[in-house]
Amino acid sequence: MDAEPTTPEVRTGRYDVRGLADPDATAPKTSVISGHTAELDAADLTIRQINLELRRLMYTEGVTEVTVLNPKARHSIAVGLLLRCRIRIQGSLGYFGCGLIDGPEIHITGRVGWSAAENMMSGVVMVDKNAGSLTGAALRGGDLVVRGDVGARTGIDQKGGTIIVGGNAGSMTGFMLQRGRQIICGDVGHGLGDSMYDGAIYVGGQVASLGVDCVEAELTAADQELIDRKFRIYQLDRPGAFRKFVCGRKLWNYDSLEPSERKLVL
Amino acid sequence: MCGIAGIIYQQRSGPIGADLARMLQAMKHRGPDSTGYALYGEPGDLLVMRFTLADPNDPRDFSFSERLARNVREVEARLAKIGATIDRVDGESEYAYRASFRYDGELKPLADYVEDVPGAEVLSLGRSLEIIKDLGDAATVAEQYRLAGFAGTHGIGHVRMATESDVDIANAHPYWAYPFPDVAVVHNGQLTNYHYWRRRLERQGHRFQSECDSEIIAVYLAQSMADGLSLETAMKQSLRDLDGVFTYLVVTESALGMAKDEMAAKPLVLYQGADMVALASEEGAIRAVLDREIDTHDPYEGEVMVWSR
Repeated sequence: MDAEPTTPEVRTGRYDVRGLADPDATAPKTSVISGHTAELDAADLTIRQINLELRRLMYTEGVTEVTVLNPKARHSIAVGLLLRCRIRIQGSLGYFGCGLIDGPEIHITGRVGWSAAENMMSGVVMVDKNAGSLTGAALRGGDLVVRGDVGARTGIDQKGGTIIVGGNAGSMTGFMLQRGRQIICGDVGHGLGDSMYDGAIYVGGQVASLGVDCVEAELTAADQELIDRKFRIYQLDRPGAFRKFVCGRKLWNYDSLEPSERKLVL
Repeated sequence: MCGIAGIIYQQRSGPIGADLARMLQAMKHRGPDSTGYALYGEPGDLLVMRFTLADPNDPRDFSFSERLARNVREVEARLAKIGATIDRVDGESEYAYRASFRYDGELKPLADYVEDVPGAEVLSLGRSLEIIKDLGDAATVAEQYRLAGFAGTHGIGHVRMATESDVDIANAHPYWAYPFPDVAVVHNGQLTNYHYWRRRLERQGHRFQSECDSEIIAVYLAQSMADGLSLETAMKQSLRDLDGVFTYLVVTESALGMAKDEMAAKPLVLYQGADMVALASEEGAIRAVLDREIDTHDPYEGEVMVWSR
């Protein structure tokens, strides 16, 4: 005989078995607000509390300019903000900082770890010092400016926007770049632009080696104009000359059409 | 995932036990399974041996403690028999011990003789290296082994998220480069030519404590140095010989080194101060000992760096 189906046990309150996340956190409401600006001291807050407080300031208090103090190189700070605002982060961030944003202008006075500004849709992220690997991964739009050096795989899978690096970049820079631009003032490591589909990479220094299907192209007047304009906006020191690298289109094997595309052709 | 950390005081000695405990605890989320420390005290003329006689997972049967007491006596007897003059043997936890003794002979026969005792495993052996590893997070292990007061010159540590092998002491990092004194390694990553190197090194007479791929690095480096290479050259050569993704830290009696594979697949953040260097998988770990804004950078792919005292 079939047993009566039992209702699953209802757990009151969520919990994380390792005690690492705080799913039931609320905004601590500790920021000092004056008009449209606010100061958020993150020293004694958890990561989740910092992000909840930022959201409270932007979305319910109508604040448009926030200064974050004492971020202490923690991960995942200032993520998922989908509106225009100005954030100044006084210090360094850990991994995944400023990811999934659409609109904010963020200035970080320290450094950032891996995957900064991942999947940014629009806005500006400005980093005064170094950045880790995977900087601007899957970037869709906006400007990501790093004054120092960046690690490996900068702008992996980038689909738009501009990444500007004042210093050197590591290996596989622009790996699988699909659209958008990268301007690297210093040297780049091995495998530049490996398997890139489209877009352009401008390099001011030495290139250790090119990746698969990445070729050098002629620098046009439009390229110069773009570089000059970006450097003027962000007041960076411009190297003497740039070289431009694009996709060689040897790996473009787009024979089979999507069903929807086939209809259009036929 | 795993987290690694290292610290070296170049001109003086410092509270490395407490420092590494704080650094590793800040990376608990990278691996809560086990934590290990390789610490270097001021070298003396005594040899220090850290060993265990059981694993924390072993069932506590009726004769458990009796067996341990008997086996400690056996270890002492064997040390004396092989010609060591024992200074002292202390129990550090229920199943872990620290022995200090005078001994001038070959280390390999001594380590083999001790490990022949049932359940015995030598964690480290050297004039200043001491490896402490156990299950649990960094604070738990540091408290259990009273590391807060451990002063020394340099050390490395590891928090482990077990992926390839068991959660026990044998598979916890750091690894001592048996039978070479005062060399230890922690590693974040996976090696894909582990079996190749294990067979090769076993043919040269080495034995392995575990099934863990990281142990290869320690023995590989120590063997290269025994063949006459400098630490830095051996590490550079390892980038070519080892296959996979890795960032590892290695410590010897007088140096701390880091190496990163060709793909830079595993993170490492480096801080270089006036007389101290700290490295960790995350900047947050370094900030656990230097609570202020600091300038750090990530070493690039294929990079090897060594800091000596």
